[in-house]
Amino acid sequence: MKTVLPFFAVVILVLFPLFGVTVAHQTEIFFGVIVPYAAMAIFVVGFLYRVAKWGKSPVPFCIPTTCGQQKSLPWIKQDKLENPSTTMQVVGRMLLEVLVFRSLFRNMKTEMKEGKAVYGSEKLLWLAGLAFHWSFLFIFVRHYRFFVQDLPSVIQMMEGVDSFFQIGAPLFYMTDAVILGAVTFLLIRRVYLPQIRYISLAADFFPLFLILAIAISGILMRYFFKVHIVAVKQLALGLVSLNPIIPEGIGAIFYVHLFLICVLLMYFPFSKLMHMGGVFLSPTRNMANNSRIVRYINPWNYPVHVHTYEEYENDFRDKMKKAGLPVEKE
Amino acid sequence: MYNSGKIIAGLVVFFFLATLPFLLNFGKANAKIEPSIDTPEINAMPKKHCVEPKAFMRSEHMQLLNNWRDQVVRNGNRIYVGSDGNEYTISLQNTCMKCHSNKKKFCDKCHNYMAVKPYCWGCHIAPKEKEA
Repeated sequence: MKTVLPFFAVVILVLFPLFGVTVAHQTEIFFGVIVPYAAMAIFVVGFLYRVAKWGKSPVPFCIPTTCGQQKSLPWIKQDKLENPSTTMQVVGRMLLEVLVFRSLFRNMKTEMKEGKAVYGSEKLLWLAGLAFHWSFLFIFVRHYRFFVQDLPSVIQMMEGVDSFFQIGAPLFYMTDAVILGAVTFLLIRRVYLPQIRYISLAADFFPLFLILAIAISGILMRYFFKVHIVAVKQLALGLVSLNPIIPEGIGAIFYVHLFLICVLLMYFPFSKLMHMGGVFLSPTRNMANNSRIVRYINPWNYPVHVHTYEEYENDFRDKMKKAGLPVEKE
Repeated sequence: MYNSGKIIAGLVVFFFLATLPFLLNFGKANAKIEPSIDTPEINAMPKKHCVEPKAFMRSEHMQLLNNWRDQVVRNGNRIYVGSDGNEYTISLQNTCMKCHSNKKKFCDKCHNYMAVKPYCWGCHIAPKEKEA
């Protein structure tokens, strides 16, 4: 159920704009203008709201995960990236985490072999995750050619690298194949491995199916069912210059692609995809392990009323004397 | 908010990146892009037609040219039969560019707009510009 339901949800999300623009006409304004603006607004406002809400949550303890030698005596070598004690070292560790998924690289697999638990490294998830995220970033940045008049040379260079093999026309992008392969792996992993299937929820499958559908619709649009690409850019530029237009004859598959992306944007702030912002707000990653150098004060320490012994004695001195108990002040 | 300086700085960066296309295009007019077929050769045609219908050429010309190249270079085949039954010589310079002798106002028009750089002209020499 938790696999089938998200799958059919995505199927319906594909059929909705497909029928919208092919059967019931005049819905292009809805799918091409209203939904994209709404999606953009929900994405930006939702993202800011979620991060601000996290920012309001106090972190009671200094809890960075320590994966190496902490700062100690001068002749003991500190592992600065695995156990950072300064802000710069935290930045270094965070960069490793965000850019190359350092902590996932440590992923281990436990197996029973001859009655013993054996621990081995498990790099496939790390590799597939990295391939997926980086190809997604490349594809995302590449799409800027629809949103600016003069494409920066950096993005043109990225496109050049991506289409380096010059296969076919329009040129084949490597990232298209990589993202399909990686998402398929991540999906199969959740279905095939019993432990992972057990802990997977509909909210884990839905983004995978959605992103897979976005990638497939994009690939179909580029290589197979071509759309009127100049009109697509006119629509995109119209949206971002706040002067929306609906050019004629773009092709239904474009609206499917666009609608799925809008759904992704709208779903983003409410979902696990918020790890994009959340990774920077993880106390286990963004804190320096310096609690022995700088005292960490719990921000929700309540101003507790303290009743000292001196006050206690003042309250009960007479009674204590009568009972023969020793007092500090006579 | 705790660590508000860092979080707000991060959110400002996010907001800037997320709305960058809007900022870059603020107040810019959306130009209408239409490749020109106004050349002496095309104007002289009694019935204006390309090797395939316009809609097909608009979306599939890159694939057609790629197939043409493979046909000539790999198979030595220089004859293309269009969907209308007419035979055409497979040649970028002697067939396509004979009529479309205005590369700057035809090919480049959309390619520049879309920031596409086809590598046709890495080997072929672009013909002299002609206009009616």
